[in-house]
Amino acid sequence: MEANTRSTGRLPAAFLTPGSSSFMDFLSEHQPEILPGNRQLPATQGVIEAPHGTTIVAVTFPGGVVLAGDRRATMGNVIAQRDIEKVFPADEYSAVGIAGTAGLAVEMVKLFQLELEHFEKVEGATLSLEGKANRLSTMIRSNLAMAMQGLAVVPLFAGYDVDREKGRIFSYDVTGGRSEEHGFAATGSGSVFARGAMKKLYRGDLTEEQATTLVIQALYDAADDDSATGGPDVARRIYPIVTVISDEGFRRLTDDESSEIARSILERRLEQPDGPRASLL
Amino acid sequence: MSTPFYVSPQQAMADRAEYARKGIARGRSLVVLQFADGIVFVGENPSRALHKFSEIYDRIGFAAAGKYNEYENLRIGGVRYADLRGYTYDRDDVTARGLANVYAQTLGTIFSSQAEKPYEVELVVAEVGATADADQIYRLPHDGSIVDEHGSVAVGGNAEQISTFLDQRHRDGMSLAEALKLAVQSLSRDTNGTEREIPAERLEVAVLDRTRPQQRKFKRIVGRQLARLLEGGASAPTDAASDNEEPEAESGSGQE
Repeated sequence: MEANTRSTGRLPAAFLTPGSSSFMDFLSEHQPEILPGNRQLPATQGVIEAPHGTTIVAVTFPGGVVLAGDRRATMGNVIAQRDIEKVFPADEYSAVGIAGTAGLAVEMVKLFQLELEHFEKVEGATLSLEGKANRLSTMIRSNLAMAMQGLAVVPLFAGYDVDREKGRIFSYDVTGGRSEEHGFAATGSGSVFARGAMKKLYRGDLTEEQATTLVIQALYDAADDDSATGGPDVARRIYPIVTVISDEGFRRLTDDESSEIARSILERRLEQPDGPRASLL
Repeated sequence: MSTPFYVSPQQAMADRAEYARKGIARGRSLVVLQFADGIVFVGENPSRALHKFSEIYDRIGFAAAGKYNEYENLRIGGVRYADLRGYTYDRDDVTARGLANVYAQTLGTIFSSQAEKPYEVELVVAEVGATADADQIYRLPHDGSIVDEHGSVAVGGNAEQISTFLDQRHRDGMSLAEALKLAVQSLSRDTNGTEREIPAERLEVAVLDRTRPQQRKFKRIVGRQLARLLEGGASAPTDAASDNEEPEAESGSGQE
């Protein structure tokens, strides 16, 4: 019976084996070869050229969290893509933004989304926000071999914690190390500049509208100083992707909403190219 | 050495079918009905945690009568099948027809294998389409056959009587409240024709709602929303507006 299960068209034994609620665990039992972490990469000389995603920023505000990303992907000093999307909903109450090798990162997000959805369907309950963050940590760690060859993926994870009733941000390093960030965080090549901007503009009592403006300001500053980060592209109408996660769930700002914020920032920058000034003391 | 009794294959199969049918008949019935905006699942279920209906994929729902551990196993198998397929190809490539086929093969193989006992389950796999014409409902009896159903279907103990009742009264384009009331009415009729009351707390109700803005169309209807649908003549919609109004009625996207 067992040896012939595939040819009868019935579900193979692995599908009906009770146990794990994790899709990745199931894959590693049933079809380990399609798990990203199990791929063998031949030894190569030098760095592999592949599109890289750049800057992601996140800011918490009372009532939720905002996660945003620019739209540029670069390959060496070439702009590989102008309108790449790097911020994705992970489930109803969380989102993930990716910096690093775009192809691997998008695959990782796809698997991460599925992992959360699968757990939800099998268990009939959602994972805790910490649980989701830990799951992502494991996935980054399984990419370590690739990261060593220059194909790293470093995401930023943000979500609304339904139990604690607040927005939370988790940042990662290439080894899967996870740390919770308070207030604001950034990842990717322009993150240094974005973080500098956010440090000066962030306050604990931001409204949702102010928080969305703040992330676009930070991305503008990142694009200002980092060639791999794209600023608002007025001619092509390409604006940063801004998402808000609150107790009402995940929401992505429409193109009209984000273009309006980006345009008003742009207008002010015509007068004051370095953006809003913080007070000296 | 003793010679085993000869049992004709016909008799053996009849015995197994009888065994499975009896097991299924012990469970309470459930019904699946088409309504204007999708497909509604209604059943009597005293448990809040052990569900008879669940989400398999974006547009696909699952209902089962019979032995819990057996259909729970099949449900998880179905979720794994659908998620793997959607991951390998695309979300649009997961269909109720494909899933029903796999279930049928699985049930059929188990039913005719002498090494295993037949599963005492009867399943319904339903997929909500973009329009009512594209809705699909498959009933999968214990022996691995597939029945393509339209309008309404009942499985479980009293299925035949309930089906007849529903066939006479169900019509296309019913509102959710109408379909729900009809379903409850059909479930409250006992075998001897007497009616009994099923309180809302003992009802398990879920819908596949094509008007839902989310990608995942499955949603449980509980609490106040269920009470309102059962009593009110008003056809309360199940759209995003009512979701926001009652966050406790639904947590997350289409799960319990």
